[in-house]
Amino acid sequence: MAFQPRSIAQLSEAAVTVDLDKCIAHKGCTVCIDVCPMDILDIDPQTGKAFMKRDECWYCLPCQKDCPTGAIHVAIPYLLR
Amino acid sequence: MPHRADTLESEYDVVVVGGGTAGPMAAIKAKERNPALRVLLLDKAHVKRSGAISMGMDGLNNAVVPGYATPEQYTKEITIANDGIVNQATVYAYARHSFTTIEELDRWGVKFEKDANGDYAMRKVHHMGTYVLPMPEGHDVKKVLYRQLKRARVEITNRIIATRLLTAADGSVNGVMGFDSRTAAFHVIRAKAVVLACGAAGRLGLPASGYLMGTYENPTNAGDGYVMAYHAGAELANLECYQINPLIKDYNGPACAYVAGPMGGYTANNRGERFIECDYWSGQMMLEFYQELQGGNGPVFLKLNHLAEETIQTIETILHSNERPSRGQFHAGRGTDYRRQMVEMHISEIGFCSGHSASGVYVNERAETSVPGLYAAGDMAAVPHNYMLGAFTYGWFAGHSAAERASSLDFSAVDAEQVARERARIYAPLLRDHGLPALQVEYKLRRFVNDYLQPPKVTRKYEIALDRFAEIGEDLEHLHAADAHELMRCAEASVIRDCAEMAARASLFRTESRWGLYHLRVDYPERNDAEWFCHAHLKKDESGRMSHFKRPVEPYIVPIAEQEKDAYDRLRVAPKTSPEKTAATV
Ligand SMILES: Cc1cc2nc3c(=O)[nH]c(=O)nc-3n(C[C@H](O)[C@H](O)[C@H](O)COP(=O)(O)OP(=O)(O)OC[C@H]3O[C@@H](n4cnc5c(N)ncnc54)[C@H](O)[C@@H]3O)c2cc1C
Ligand code: SF4
Ligand code: SF4
Repeated sequence: MAFQPRSIAQLSEAAVTVDLDKCIAHKGCTVCIDVCPMDILDIDPQTGKAFMKRDECWYCLPCQKDCPTGAIHVAIPYLLR
Repeated sequence: MPHRADTLESEYDVVVVGGGTAGPMAAIKAKERNPALRVLLLDKAHVKRSGAISMGMDGLNNAVVPGYATPEQYTKEITIANDGIVNQATVYAYARHSFTTIEELDRWGVKFEKDANGDYAMRKVHHMGTYVLPMPEGHDVKKVLYRQLKRARVEITNRIIATRLLTAADGSVNGVMGFDSRTAAFHVIRAKAVVLACGAAGRLGLPASGYLMGTYENPTNAGDGYVMAYHAGAELANLECYQINPLIKDYNGPACAYVAGPMGGYTANNRGERFIECDYWSGQMMLEFYQELQGGNGPVFLKLNHLAEETIQTIETILHSNERPSRGQFHAGRGTDYRRQMVEMHISEIGFCSGHSASGVYVNERAETSVPGLYAAGDMAAVPHNYMLGAFTYGWFAGHSAAERASSLDFSAVDAEQVARERARIYAPLLRDHGLPALQVEYKLRRFVNDYLQPPKVTRKYEIALDRFAEIGEDLEHLHAADAHELMRCAEASVIRDCAEMAARASLFRTESRWGLYHLRVDYPERNDAEWFCHAHLKKDESGRMSHFKRPVEPYIVPIAEQEKDAYDRLRVAPKTSPEKTAATV
């Protein structure tokens, strides 16, 4: 058998976190996902709430500023903090 | 949801690519010039919050306001700050229109600082003239633009990443290709005129933090505009004149001497002493910064801790709420309080950006590139030190020029072969079942950019860089993407690679040093006006190779006196104490 190519995931702390009690994504809100210039937020199928899907955040804050319920928080990514 | 096999075709009179700063203005002005035209504004992100000004802006860096400066003075200052290599017609056209643009933005609802008489509250930051107009409430700019876009009935499509332009048989641009970064659907958009406003090449060097997206520029701007223009045959000017900025270390955002300077803040060495007279960003200023570090007087800091409490509070309110509002959080995390500590700064990684520096896609004073049907504006178009107001103003020019062309022309035939080729190129990473991840390739590529291209520029290092970039080119043939988002990062990796090659080759072509640190060549340390008082352009030639040539500097509109020419070479503060004395007191 030939050597099998594979890829491995690298772990990062998610700099963007969501308060599941406050997030109203289940009512159809997608504001943070819409405004994020890097397009790194999505709805978590497990919780039905917004979450940071990719480690590509510019710590620019439109998501946090535009969220109607104050449910999303952006920390400075660990590598720069 | 369209399947990735779908190709969606559409047709607009004018297509504007990039809805950040210049793009929305171009779309609105195209529509104003001829309301019958169908105008599309396309963005990789979402126009509501895209681009450099996504959260707003702290001020206009280059406002030419009657009573404070004349277009002639401004043109002279920018010419001198760029060592004479400017097409003055473009700078002068900006300067003459600058105040009209401000008044339009003011009418639309953008808030500028005014004094008790209702006049604009101008501040001096540049070496010679007064051009800075603060916007302490500048956080609404995007909202204001969005309202005007809706009012003008511009059509908007978000989350489409444009990847190549279409060209007609006569070489003119007749459309845009790209794909949806969520569904991967392929788009072919026919157009009579295309405006590129894709911002800076902000992901060229790797930030010292090692964090890919920890860039000064909005990282959506990978350099896409430069590469699309290049492959469509457009000329690019003076790319060896890099963008390198004095930034807050690690945070990599502006330290904002423009905000703090007029209130008494300044750039200082590790003894808290001022070493440059003027904090206005230029290649010469960056060279002084670099030399201060080399001389063992680093790090360099932003010094505010001598200011009154009230002043510091004002500075905090502005700097922690407008253009980079996460800055306060960063300082808090490091325990930095402007009252007590100076803010550590560093020299950024390299990029291209005419907004802050000078290079980019060649345009004339009507925002026309060298390719018919293609216009460019903002950070990617080579109008020196254009900043935000220049992006708006050249967006305005581009909108008018594009509308005029589109009003007098029919659609030309799309070349199916170009579409097929681009579709195959774009989709390849999705079709492979394994391969290299885009971000890992990007990391290595940008590390090479730092290793080999960061000035001072060494010829041998630049030659090695070209070999490395060619190898990365081969790696791009083995990229793997699992979804549409990763496909976007694959497309961007190819953009960054092309920009890296352009940066290296352009730098090798100009065998002299110029623009301070931006083009400091160790093997050619002197400025050589006899051979190099000219623009250096590059373009893709008929055989698909990168070719380089000189273009004469256009005749000056505003003459520069001999004794004024090197005003920006005299930025260093004369030392107060003699070296012996300093040594004795240490
Ligand atoms: C942190 C920071 C602070 C600044 N501070 C000041 C200041 O105080 N005063 C001042 O005058 N200037 C300032 N500037 C400069 C000024 O903001 C810029 O010069 C100006 O906004 C550039 O406008 P632009 O339209 O060229 O680019 P942007 O506004 O960045 O817009 C580019 C747009 O193109 C889109 N795009 C990119 N690639 C593609 C693609 N392939 N397909 C589709 N869309 C694409 C992006 O999503 C983005 O919306 C600052 C810049 C930065 C980054
Ligand atoms: S904007 Fe706020 S409420 Fe809406 S989805 Fe995002 S986090 Fe949830
Ligand atoms: S801070 Fe900016 S890049 Fe990060 S998730 Fe929010 S909107 Fe996106």
